[in-house]
Amino acid sequence: MSRILPYLLGGISVGGQYALIAIGYTMVYGILRLINFAHGDIFTAAGFFMVYATASLPLYLSIPLVILLTIFMGVLVERAAYKPLRSAPRMSVMISAIGVSYLLQNVMWYITGGLAKRYPVIPWISDSVTVLGYTTKRVTIITPFLTVILVIALVILIKKTKIGMAMRAASRDFETAQLMGIKIDNVISFTFVVGSALAAVGSMLYFSNYATVTPVVGAMPGLKAFVAAVFGGIGSIPGAVLGGFIIGISETLIKGAGLTTFSDAVTFALLIIILVVKPTGLFGEKPTQKV
Amino acid sequence: MSENVLKVENVTMQFGGVVAVDSMNLEVNVGEIISLIGPNGAGKTTAFNVITGVYPPTNGVVYFEDQKIVENYPHGKMRKLYKTENNGAYTHVIEPTPDKITRMGVARTFQNIRLWSSQTVFENILIAKHCRVTAGLLSATFRMNKLEERRQWEECDELLRILGLEGVRDELAISLPYGQQRRVEIARALATQPKLLLLDEPAAGMNPQETQELTAFIGRIRTDFKLTVFIIEHHMDLVMDISDRIYVLDFGKLIASGTPAKVQNNQRVIDAYLGVSEDA
Amino acid sequence: MKTNRIPQSFKIAGAFLLLLAVVLMLDNVPGISVMLLIVLRKGAIYALVAVSMNLLNGFTGLFSLGQAGFMLLGAYTYAILTIPVGNQALVYQRYPNGGIGFSVTESLGRVLGQQPGLLLGVIICLILGGIVAGLFAYLIGLPVLRLKSDYLAIATLGFAEIIRAVVQYEKLGPITNGSNLLSNFTNFSNFHLGSLKLDTVMPFVFAGVCIWVITLIINSTYGRAFKAIRDDEVAAEAMGINLANHKRMSFIISSFFAGISGAMLAMYQASVQATIFKAAMTYEILLIVVLGGIGSISGSIIAAFLFVGSSEWWLRFLDNTTVLPNFNAKLLLAIIFAAVVVGVVSLVAYKQNKAQKGRSAAVGRGRKLLALKPSGVITIVVGALVLLGDLLFLISPDLQLPLLRSGFRMVVFSVVVMMVVLFFSRGLMGDKELPDLFRTRHKRL
Repeated sequence: MSRILPYLLGGISVGGQYALIAIGYTMVYGILRLINFAHGDIFTAAGFFMVYATASLPLYLSIPLVILLTIFMGVLVERAAYKPLRSAPRMSVMISAIGVSYLLQNVMWYITGGLAKRYPVIPWISDSVTVLGYTTKRVTIITPFLTVILVIALVILIKKTKIGMAMRAASRDFETAQLMGIKIDNVISFTFVVGSALAAVGSMLYFSNYATVTPVVGAMPGLKAFVAAVFGGIGSIPGAVLGGFIIGISETLIKGAGLTTFSDAVTFALLIIILVVKPTGLFGEKPTQKV
Repeated sequence: MSENVLKVENVTMQFGGVVAVDSMNLEVNVGEIISLIGPNGAGKTTAFNVITGVYPPTNGVVYFEDQKIVENYPHGKMRKLYKTENNGAYTHVIEPTPDKITRMGVARTFQNIRLWSSQTVFENILIAKHCRVTAGLLSATFRMNKLEERRQWEECDELLRILGLEGVRDELAISLPYGQQRRVEIARALATQPKLLLLDEPAAGMNPQETQELTAFIGRIRTDFKLTVFIIEHHMDLVMDISDRIYVLDFGKLIASGTPAKVQNNQRVIDAYLGVSEDA
Repeated sequence: MKTNRIPQSFKIAGAFLLLLAVVLMLDNVPGISVMLLIVLRKGAIYALVAVSMNLLNGFTGLFSLGQAGFMLLGAYTYAILTIPVGNQALVYQRYPNGGIGFSVTESLGRVLGQQPGLLLGVIICLILGGIVAGLFAYLIGLPVLRLKSDYLAIATLGFAEIIRAVVQYEKLGPITNGSNLLSNFTNFSNFHLGSLKLDTVMPFVFAGVCIWVITLIINSTYGRAFKAIRDDEVAAEAMGINLANHKRMSFIISSFFAGISGAMLAMYQASVQATIFKAAMTYEILLIVVLGGIGSISGSIIAAFLFVGSSEWWLRFLDNTTVLPNFNAKLLLAIIFAAVVVGVVSLVAYKQNKAQKGRSAAVGRGRKLLALKPSGVITIVVGALVLLGDLLFLISPDLQLPLLRSGFRMVVFSVVVMMVVLFFSRGLMGDKELPDLFRTRHKRL
């Protein structure tokens, strides 16, 4: 048990971070039927925002600023690159998402000159703690709790508030929701606000563990978070969270078993298995097509 | 050789808890023109979809030319949800894909026209002949099948002529007026060389004159192409004019069948269409 | 009914032969810019990948993001089969007894004479590269092709990543050289016709032949079936087209040619390493296809050359820190730049204003002085800021152009791509082909 424990803990921790990112994917997909390829890059940008912010501002100001900037970026991407294509075929929007991802990576590369940046140390969460005889950073312990709290808050928001109901309506039937007077633009922007905010929080937790930030560092976690969302059932928030933890734990266990080159491949293998066996994911439902 | 072309036996189609088609039984014999009528939402197109393999039925069998082509029984989730009769009558699952059924000789048109938007009228019809192509990928690619290609092209041009579409041969199919698009759909279905033709509301959107032409046309192709025709339709003049027999569907159940005269005077049919008043 | 006109296919073949002659000359005339040759070679290879991706995405409607994985398979197959036996120990340093112990090109060279043997060997190995890729496509396609478009994209992306990881697996090292690169295999510079160099002609010939075959497929009855599946697969199925078979066919064909192009890329770079065949490569191919027009073969070809040309050559200057010679140069540049910005912004504002006013007039509302949508206002604001920046630059003592440093090229390029995706989504050619531009409107079969 003690041999697995570090990996389990690490897995739960990274799983929680994936979960936070995955929620962004699943919410956007639920309403827009769009895989927001750029979401991983927004996560990376949040990392860079923090690096640059802490260079001139104290931490207690940087953290909220970073969250705000990330939200702003997410909404900007939506307005500039996805909104104009809302009536275009699905492939076009996905291509746009890929284009945005490409653009963001190149811009980040250009601004940083290609050098990796060191993420600032956030005190308290980066401190070492000892759990069951194993020493780790406090962030590893906090992440799952923080994730669960945020998810509960989100679920309450979706189930009990007006905007939450609007989001649910929009993901059920986009056009009818519009016809019923729901201001779809606001709903969509709000979705991106929440998704980006969670990604920003996720980035703070993630980079406290892996402190190097490069323009492409978010691509893989982003992709894996998407896999997590699909695994759990695209459109379902609890599913995305569960998926995140499952992916995180399996990935860390594989690494622990010494097969690091395969850790990414295993994530994708899980994706393909779920797509073949139960494409709607663990918690998803299948709509029938009317001919 | 029996006279029977299509036999639908105890077919039930249930979507979740909603029974769309309820234990339907019907027969179509060689050379007949049969109509399926009923109020909107009665389950007519669903029945077509089961016959053509788009949906596997929840329960029941479909025979084509005395061969079983579709069979299913309630299993899995459906076992608990199944609501109507004949549970346990069938034990096998035969779930062909629609293209298989088409190749056996059953062709259909759609209620909402589904022409291929990037293709011309000619190409739309030509593509329907692809299922009859004997050349493999390699010989088609390197143009070793010129004879077969030319023959198919001639057949398509012939179909265009029969349907009065030569003038729009190279127009984009979806740029045509609605009535012409319907004709393209019919030509397309005919191109697959069917023995049984299923027409889903062929007269929708047509004025009385066009409907009359269509009626005459259906009679003609029955003879010229040696077809059996099964029509879903709302235009009663067309239905009463041309049908040998009519089946009436309401809320998924067959409520009447027989010759046009018989059905016209059937009280249940009248009630279904006009509604029954509350305090009758 | 037959006229005396030359069939179109002959015209195209003739044009292509002419092109080959030009390229041959470029290969062998001294003083030709190396950059041009690089762009031509890489462009030809990317043209083939782009067309193969267009076959799948544009003509059959299957959104797959696995291209890089199939290119990798083709590249590795080709390289492994052609490393001369004598070099295998050197290449497979980390793995004693690595390598397959023979080389197709070498063996054939011994039998048929060096050049013919080399050529035949290369052709065989290219085709084998394609076959390996096609085989994997068959296996992958079995579970994956019935998924909806977005899921198909992610699943194929996932498979490409899995392939990339597996190839680098230590245990497979003796064959794949693990995470080390493969080199020393037959490449384009090994070819010569007498004393003529064939470095650039060869990729053109190979790519040209492959693209020709793909075009034949698309114009055949099977190609039409693919288009039917793209336009409406429910109708296609109802008309007797088996979806699973045809989708698989398209997938395998596309991957076959992607494999060949991967092998050609290996020949071009004279080395193969798994790390370059990342998802980013697939995205670039996808963007080329979009730029050229989804559903247009000539569009993909043109866009491939434009893409390679821009990223390798023409936009390079954007990456270099440039220092202007004197103040007058700076003034001139600043004025021209300002003029361009003002021109573009005014054009956008004018067009929007006209459109908005037209709309208001149609509805019968009163006329405002300047009617603009938010995006128009933003354009004006951004333009003003850019002009301000221009002015600040002008009055500063710097003679070095701001912004121009390493990485700017890709930024500009990505912005251009986004513009195309958002505003010119039909790409350069839409779904038309080059010959269509020279003909009257109606397509005639």
